[in-house]
Amino acid sequence: MSFLAELQNYQIFDFNAFFSTLTDRDITGVLNKDRLTAVDFLTLLSPKAENHLEAIAQKAHRVTLQHFGKTVLLFTPIYLANYCTNQCVYCGFNITNQLDRKKMSMEELEVEARIIAETGLKHIIILTGDSREHSPVSYISECVKVLKKHFSSIMIEVYSLTEEEYRELVNAGIDGVTMFQEVYDADIYSELHLAGPKRNYRFRLEAPERSGAAGCRTLNVGALLGLDDWRKEAFFTGLHAAYLQQNFPDAEISISTPRMRPHLGGFPPKVIVNDSNIVQYTTAFRLFMPRGGITLSSRETPKMRDHLIKLGVTKISAGACTAVGGRSHPEETGQFDISDDRSVAEMAAMLYEQGYQPVFKDWQLLV
Amino acid sequence: MQNDVFKIGGQELTSRLFLGTGKYGSNKIIPQVVEASGAQVVTVALRRVDPGQPVENVAAYVPKHCVLMPNTSGARNAEEAIRIARLAKAAGCGNWIKIEVIADNRYLLPDNYETIKATEVLAAEGFVVLPYMSPDLAAAKHMAAAGAAAIMPLGAPIGSNRGLKTKELIKILIEEIALPIIVDAGIGKPSEAAEAMEIGASAVLVNTAVAIANDPVAMAGAFGLAVSAGRTAFLAGPGAVQKYASASSPLTGFLQD
Repeated sequence: MSFLAELQNYQIFDFNAFFSTLTDRDITGVLNKDRLTAVDFLTLLSPKAENHLEAIAQKAHRVTLQHFGKTVLLFTPIYLANYCTNQCVYCGFNITNQLDRKKMSMEELEVEARIIAETGLKHIIILTGDSREHSPVSYISECVKVLKKHFSSIMIEVYSLTEEEYRELVNAGIDGVTMFQEVYDADIYSELHLAGPKRNYRFRLEAPERSGAAGCRTLNVGALLGLDDWRKEAFFTGLHAAYLQQNFPDAEISISTPRMRPHLGGFPPKVIVNDSNIVQYTTAFRLFMPRGGITLSSRETPKMRDHLIKLGVTKISAGACTAVGGRSHPEETGQFDISDDRSVAEMAAMLYEQGYQPVFKDWQLLV
Repeated sequence: MQNDVFKIGGQELTSRLFLGTGKYGSNKIIPQVVEASGAQVVTVALRRVDPGQPVENVAAYVPKHCVLMPNTSGARNAEEAIRIARLAKAAGCGNWIKIEVIADNRYLLPDNYETIKATEVLAAEGFVVLPYMSPDLAAAKHMAAAGAAAIMPLGAPIGSNRGLKTKELIKILIEEIALPIIVDAGIGKPSEAAEAMEIGASAVLVNTAVAIANDPVAMAGAFGLAVSAGRTAFLAGPGAVQKYASASSPLTGFLQD
């Protein structure tokens, strides 16, 4: 079992040729369907579908309301460590970048956790750089033990693990895994990941499958938009999500739609992905996977985030900080610059204003 | 009609409408919705219960006169459902439990086999167990034998608002199972709730149809009226539905001449 085989089916697929065959009737035809195929999804991601963005958005809004109601889950990231052995050209934690490398001690983590818990948040995502030496699985597991006292759902966004390692963390108390493939095009992937264990495309691509097999209940995938044609990357992300749902029907599958942000190192995006593209991607995915989660990080501006809520977003970050121990030491350098620094209380107030309930707790730790 | 009460877990209920608490734009509206509907049983997902946060804790908005029925939303198997039920009891949510075991996130259809297993364990522990299920006679019998207090078959997939798609199967449960049959999930309009009551369901549970209505309080009131109208019609004994009109000049009338 592997998503790689499915992805390889598209190796010689000519996306532009497909897009050039589409007419307005094809778009309205898809909009009239209840269940979308992969081809329908790609149709909604086409340049032609841009003419129908409002109609797609209206339907995406209705479908989201039906399945998720007027609720949005709040979460926040905690960066545990920024030691990294990779050279990903687009990342601030790149091994060649000069920044203070740091790893939180359990005492420091306890302080950070208390600051976050006071805001009422119960869902957190913990992140590390890719360094098995500095942030081994045993360290992450120890962190989970500290965090379990304060939070009811812990997701990890760390380097790719083996199935056994994922199982170890599930037993320790994590319930979700976020894994960004960054770019699904294998050639571009090797161009951008110059050194380090992350160069292994396949090991990363199959990480969500391994975490699913290990019993994770929430699997979140995504491509970092700006590294290749966004329509292709959006399509492959959607296919990846659908593949995971097919193979792990009891898991909650979600995607993120991150766009590149300014970061230490300053690698410019290869492709500019504009606001309208993000709306098209979000709403097309909503119709393709009506029950799929859509996670929105603080990479987007307040204006974008406020508007995307009605279009399909189900989880949104609040009070975010991308530096290690950044809440107790605000002077630390983050992985990337965030665009929305609103606090948890401000995000909750914004949601209520839009008629949405900010959900603080949507899971109960069972281990 | 005054004496038309039914009992679950020793609790006498006069309202036959149960309400869910998910999907609302704000929990603050829940007391008004409950009042408008007349519901006496309100279900809350334990995954959303957060006693440490009184303002955002959904359970705090359930009026005191109602029976709080926690549910095991999020459970993927019997073991998780059992753990969630025990946590609910420990959190002070009482001893009613609606078992929801869903291992398929695309259709959200319940897993009857795992639900039966959880029913057996929790009923033996003294819970008042209300299993949510796909309407199937054999499974319902197993749940009844395992100690369920009522059976909650779905009318259509959760949140689909598609109505009483499983009507024929639910009718069989009503005829064959001695426990109250409560239609849970799928009901999108008050007329569909009335229809469930007309065929003899003991109660219905509604959430999405009320929560995402433009005016949830008014919709809750409409469901309350529909459930009571459907129940009254059932008790009144509706006339049989005829396929053909009765002829005013019968062909066999000459036999009486």
